Amino acid sequence: MWKWLHSYADPERAYNLSGKLLPWFAMLATGLIGIGSVWGLVFAPTDYQQGDSYRIIFIHVPAASMSMAAYMAMASSAFVGLVWQIKSADWAAAAIAPIGAVITFIALITGATWGKPMWGTWWVWDARLTAELVLLFLYLGVISLYASFEDKVLAARAAGILAIVGVINIPIIKYSVEWWSSLHQPSTIKITEKSSMSSDMLYPLLINIVGFGMMIGAITLIRFRAEILARNGMRPWVRELAKAEGVK
Amino acid sequence: MQFDSLADFFNMGGYAFYVWLAYGVTFLSLGILVVHSLGQKRKVLVGISQKIQREERLKENRSTK
Amino acid sequence: MKKGISFRQAFFTLLKRDLQIAIRHKGDIFNPLLFFILVVTLFPLGIGPEPQILSRVAPGIIWVAALLASMLSLERLFKADFVDGSLEQMLLSPQPLPLMVLAKVLAHWILTGVPLILIAPLLAVLLHLDGNSYGALMATLALGTPVLSLLGAIGVALTVGLHKGGVLLSLLILPLYIPVLIFATSAIDAAGLNLPYSGHLAIIGAMLVGSLILAPFAIGASLRVSTN
Repeated sequence: MWKWLHSYADPERAYNLSGKLLPWFAMLATGLIGIGSVWGLVFAPTDYQQGDSYRIIFIHVPAASMSMAAYMAMASSAFVGLVWQIKSADWAAAAIAPIGAVITFIALITGATWGKPMWGTWWVWDARLTAELVLLFLYLGVISLYASFEDKVLAARAAGILAIVGVINIPIIKYSVEWWSSLHQPSTIKITEKSSMSSDMLYPLLINIVGFGMMIGAITLIRFRAEILARNGMRPWVRELAKAEGVK
Repeated sequence: MQFDSLADFFNMGGYAFYVWLAYGVTFLSLGILVVHSLGQKRKVLVGISQKIQREERLKENRSTK
Repeated sequence: MKKGISFRQAFFTLLKRDLQIAIRHKGDIFNPLLFFILVVTLFPLGIGPEPQILSRVAPGIIWVAALLASMLSLERLFKADFVDGSLEQMLLSPQPLPLMVLAKVLAHWILTGVPLILIAPLLAVLLHLDGNSYGALMATLALGTPVLSLLGAIGVALTVGLHKGGVLLSLLILPLYIPVLIFATSAIDAAGLNLPYSGHLAIIGAMLVGSLILAPFAIGASLRVSTN
């Protein structure tokens, strides 16, 4: 199995494979997010308590759940890159980081725009919001550490170490923030009770969650391909591509 | 259909500002991310081809001398 | 070839060396401490002199100032050694790198953490901290500041080769400091209300043990990246 995997560690093959996968991911992502969002915005029933403001859920929850998943993906590919010295894994980690940061930012913003009509403030120091904010800082740390190194091989290793340290810390941070907010806010705010959700609300939500996952995959592939090209600028096959594309 | 009219839909039961702000920010930032990511590849390739051209010019200069 | 010195000898040699260097440059010890005192004195000026308010926010102020002071002093942990090349000698030595790193972090903690713990009660008086909370303040600082040094050293090791250290360093390590901050301040709060706070201390202690075991490896790996 390792041999098979290693053949995809070759930059050219990784580039071509990700090029083949990209349209599928892109199509699935646009399709699913389109269906999920339209369903959620137009056809899903109005919530009897929250009115139509709850329709933010169809992007907030996917963004929030994917923000953590993207960090896990980034950290595990950084781990693979560090341990087995597979450069493609390093590039994949570098490609995911900015996407994860944007998704986390979306989760925060949609959380705020949902909080304003429901709780009356843009921001509460709620456990999940705070943990999300910390996650954004972790992403920004990884991104800026990667950007600070001139030598991108070193940059990937340094950012990889930081991402792994972050992964060990995320549960601790999450636990401590949850405990802290329950300490300071005796009346905990429940956003939704999942179990009481009608299937007409649940399906578009699930569709959008999968759609967001596909979208992260698609953008990761785009950035991954660019990263491969940037890191292999001296290889003949990249130069061929550059000659074909950049004669202007 | 949960809404009677288009105006009703845009009104979002009185929560128009918040709902459309959330969706707007989301799709705007995703759009920027996608455009930026797509632009990256082109930028890299242009950079490499410029480098190739520079190298070729250097080679030509050397051969003419 | 001679096998060289034992691990214990290496550890204490490095520890002694770092302490000696720091004692020769006294500024390294006093500047973070002065910074700590200054930040704490700025808060009453910003918030107002009412004792009730100050005693309510005192644990947070002292701990946030301690985080910042620890971060500020950490920046120099590997810098001088990196510049004059002794860091590379350390990496090449036959002794395990995590051990050497641990000695350096311990030296740093003795030089900056311990004075900070000693001066903290004085500042707590200035902030009208609850009388019951002093024990908790000292205990959390004693258990928490080594965690700060260990976690911070990872960030420092990652950025030691870069020119623009400061701001990047704070972005890297301050998020990691959050759990320590939360449990330490709430332990002090609990003590102020005469509630038991041994649970909080136990969690900070667990963080100390965990980081004591894992951080030296991360620091070592980071140093290898930075000196490459």
